[in-house]
Amino acid sequence: MKTTKFNVFRIFILGVFFVLVSTPTFAISDEPEEEEFKVTEVIMHHIKDAHDFHLLDWDGHPISIPLPVLLWTENGLVAFMSSEFRHDDSGKVIVERNGQKFVKYHEEIYYASNSADENGTYMLFNEEHDPLNEHPFDFSITKLVFTMFVSMLLLILIFGFSARAYTKNGVPKGIAKFTEPLVVFIRDDVAIPNIGERHYKKFLPFLLTLFFFIWINNIMGLIPFFPFSANLSGNIAFTFVLALITFVMTTILGTKDYWKHIFWMPGVPVPLKPFLALIEFAGIFIKPASLMIRLFANITAGHIIILSLISLIFIFKSIWVSPGSIFFAVFVGLIEVLVVAIQAYIFTMLSALYIGSAMEKHEH
Amino acid sequence: MSFALLQEATVDYGAFAAIGAGLAAIGAGIGIGNIGGSAIQAMARQPEMMGKIQASAIILLAFVEAVALFAIVVSLIK
Repeated sequence: MKTTKFNVFRIFILGVFFVLVSTPTFAISDEPEEEEFKVTEVIMHHIKDAHDFHLLDWDGHPISIPLPVLLWTENGLVAFMSSEFRHDDSGKVIVERNGQKFVKYHEEIYYASNSADENGTYMLFNEEHDPLNEHPFDFSITKLVFTMFVSMLLLILIFGFSARAYTKNGVPKGIAKFTEPLVVFIRDDVAIPNIGERHYKKFLPFLLTLFFFIWINNIMGLIPFFPFSANLSGNIAFTFVLALITFVMTTILGTKDYWKHIFWMPGVPVPLKPFLALIEFAGIFIKPASLMIRLFANITAGHIIILSLISLIFIFKSIWVSPGSIFFAVFVGLIEVLVVAIQAYIFTMLSALYIGSAMEKHEH
Repeated sequence: MSFALLQEATVDYGAFAAIGAGLAAIGAGIGIGNIGGSAIQAMARQPEMMGKIQASAIILLAFVEAVALFAIVVSLIK
């Protein structure tokens, strides 16, 4: 009985805490102007890549950490900090370098037009409001690239320390106590059953890198403050490259048996073989594509759900929605902790499965 | 003539996207329900296998969920 009472009390305290915490948020959002709150825009802005790391809005002024912009233009390499655009994202502020003028519009950098239009934007648009300006080759250190550097640094630190823990004797200590079971899990439950005892050692480094890199980036996306919070593994380019590596490995490592089972599979009536070969051939590309989309969709959906729940407060413009929406946001956040680990595991397991099936030798 | 009318009418694709997302949710619901039901049944029959069944059920849930998310991504794209 005592514990139930205590739980009720705890829930009450939590509720009061959420109301108190959410009050200032509400107050700030209501003050500046009576502009309509655009949910889709806000959510898409959070999910997309950016040229600066936005921290918060203070009195209607954005506070963000500038990141370097690197452009390969017609006159060679151009570099400057993204703070020179002064938070402008609508093509109104011009940055001049090497005799070339640049504007930023929806987080893309374009060559500026010669004169501004009636809105003060140095851009040209077609009827569908798509920009017509040329844009330079952009390989800036964006928010996502920055996040990737942070995650690489973290991985090097974590596994550097883990490896050092084994120099004296074979007993793990410190952070290695945490990493060893995970490494053993990937080896015993992912690599060996899917690839086989003979070849698994060659692919273990790749699988471990895949698992920990995806996992740490997923977790970093869930932490909602500065060096983290970017939606890196919910970016399709990121998942595309990871899936491409798996695709290249299966294609290169494919044995004669693997290709035979795709183009002229044994044990199937001859008239049926061309059709099945067509399906199997499409399967070569569909498998990595589904890997790519699965990770991208799961992580992006997680971000969208949490942001939509928080946005409910601003849609209803009522403080009384906030306890509910924050409770559900925390709840979904906790589920996401599970989901991100499962997604990293599934990506690794399926990669191992595809590699294993490419190297398999059949007995007929 | 009706074709020309159709061309001139402004179609709100957002509504179709919402229907698509809803259908995906129904499909995922059926799938997750099946997995959950079967997992509970299996655990009731063989309680000693509970750990293994739970682990594989959670992984299968992630697969079903991913299919629903594919549909939602498609409905997000205009």
